[in-house]
Amino acid sequence: MDSKRPARREFLKSGAALAGGFTLGAATPANGQAPPSPPMIKGDKDQIAYGDRSRFVTSVRIAHGGRPSPDAFGLVFHVATPLQDSVGVVTPSSLHFVGTTRGSYIPEIDPRTHRLLIHGMVDRPLTFTMEDLKRLPSVTRLHFMECAGNRTSPRAKTVQESHGMTSCAEWTGVLLSVLLKECGLKGGASWFVAEGSEEVKGASSMPIAKAMDDCVVAYGMNGEDLRPQQGFPLRLMVPGFEGIFHTKYLRRIKVVDRYYMNYNDYGHLDRDPKVAALEYQIGPKSVITFPSGGHQLPGRGSYEIRGLAWSGGGAIRKVEVSTDGGRRWNVAEIKGTAQRMAHARFTHQWNWDGNETELLSRCTDEIGQVQPSRAQVAQYWKVPLTPSYSVPGLDNTIQPWRIATDGSVHNGNA
Amino acid sequence: MGTLRVLLFVSLMGVCALAQSPAYGVGRTPSAEEIRAWDIAIGPTGEELPPGRGTPKEGAQVYRAKCAGCHGATGIGGSSPILKSKAGPDVEHWARGRILPLRSPFATTVWDYINRAMPLNREGTLTADEVYALTAFLLYINDVIPEDAVLDPQSVPKVKMPIGDRYAALPEWKPRTPRLKDYPY
Repeated sequence: MDSKRPARREFLKSGAALAGGFTLGAATPANGQAPPSPPMIKGDKDQIAYGDRSRFVTSVRIAHGGRPSPDAFGLVFHVATPLQDSVGVVTPSSLHFVGTTRGSYIPEIDPRTHRLLIHGMVDRPLTFTMEDLKRLPSVTRLHFMECAGNRTSPRAKTVQESHGMTSCAEWTGVLLSVLLKECGLKGGASWFVAEGSEEVKGASSMPIAKAMDDCVVAYGMNGEDLRPQQGFPLRLMVPGFEGIFHTKYLRRIKVVDRYYMNYNDYGHLDRDPKVAALEYQIGPKSVITFPSGGHQLPGRGSYEIRGLAWSGGGAIRKVEVSTDGGRRWNVAEIKGTAQRMAHARFTHQWNWDGNETELLSRCTDEIGQVQPSRAQVAQYWKVPLTPSYSVPGLDNTIQPWRIATDGSVHNGNA
Repeated sequence: MGTLRVLLFVSLMGVCALAQSPAYGVGRTPSAEEIRAWDIAIGPTGEELPPGRGTPKEGAQVYRAKCAGCHGATGIGGSSPILKSKAGPDVEHWARGRILPLRSPFATTVWDYINRAMPLNREGTLTADEVYALTAFLLYINDVIPEDAVLDPQSVPKVKMPIGDRYAALPEWKPRTPRLKDYPY
């Protein structure tokens, strides 16, 4: 559908005719003359109604996790954001990562018929229409989301492959605490189960303390309604928790007094209490997005190193960048004010001398957690560090990018 | 002073109780019938399980008709995830892989998942008896229950799953708190 749109667009090759005499020199630019005028795009209805990006901008999402998306049945599993091309902190809705539990279709929900039921250990069970929800006081917050499967590996060639299962958007909706107070929590309520409307009806148990702290029942994303791939018309935002908890197509919240051990829950069990403790809340994490794997530096000289930092523990307080493989660390500049559980954009101006080196970043969040290296994590678990070592729980380790003398950039974990 | 503190505490509690009454009056009260129809989350006590029953033998028939096409005739070898552990009952449960929800401490998880999410593209079409029967069949072929077992709302929560209580309790989550003390971060 969308791929037909550029074809319907008429590119006016004869820009000179429109722009008059000034562009006559365009074909033969010479010193002292204005630069040539580009061809002109004639406006069409689609471009007016819902604009496209330039046809020269080709950054796209890719399937992630070794399984095609869509597959032969049209099921979508995991799709990763092109972080290597990202600027700022907001991921465009069209490029936001997508994750589903087992490969899923997108339910086509008419928002006029959608309902959210809140029941269980409450004084007053309530059903809300979308219209009801939009009558309640709203919040608009920047939040990242990250899939628990977002881990670096020696096989990853680009930052999209190693880190693309995280994105950040501006979400608008009602605080879940407002809805739960409207229903009235009963004594003993300690967990809640959130459930979606897709085929698998994904259900997860979460602590009621999280619900009362900062969960958002979101209907808006980046200034418009949620996209279907992101749970239209309603999604639960669970800031800083693993992506799977951010229940899409939210239709039901059941307040309970125990961990409900639904399908998404039993997968979080572990024999080691320390590994279990690393589930749910995402640790402090950062990655350099430029230069990163697959980029090519044209030569020595000045470059702006750019990256993203985030944490499930709160706002990012500090980011450090090393341009010499970790011997010295420089405090990076954080752009604007870092928000709680949101990507923070950091930069560090760097003069490359043309020698082989390694670029690293590490961050510190507002509760003092510092992003660890793979070596530190291996040391903590008392296991040898090998290239294939998979860190327990969520992987928030430091990502090295190796700059070769020819300016090519490679995964330092390879 | 102590009395004053207690009084202060009591009055604060009073404020909290007041705050629990609805502030906006938005939303509709659903009927008990409506809640029952929507409520497919089956917890460990099995209190939400609907009436019905099923045996491994009955489950084998349902399986052949509705599951074997994707999961293979014996729970192995289909295009979809395997449903029978290749390791026998002697192998420790953590080494058996993440098949069925065999690793769950409660058989209610198996019932819940089949009921809410199977078969692919025809979710929600199985009858309660079929879900009991399939749960029984799949637990039987994984050596969890005997062939003559009958699963119903009373017996499903009582099934002894291989994991027993040998799994870590989830730590209490608190806002603005590191996940694991002394972890290198």
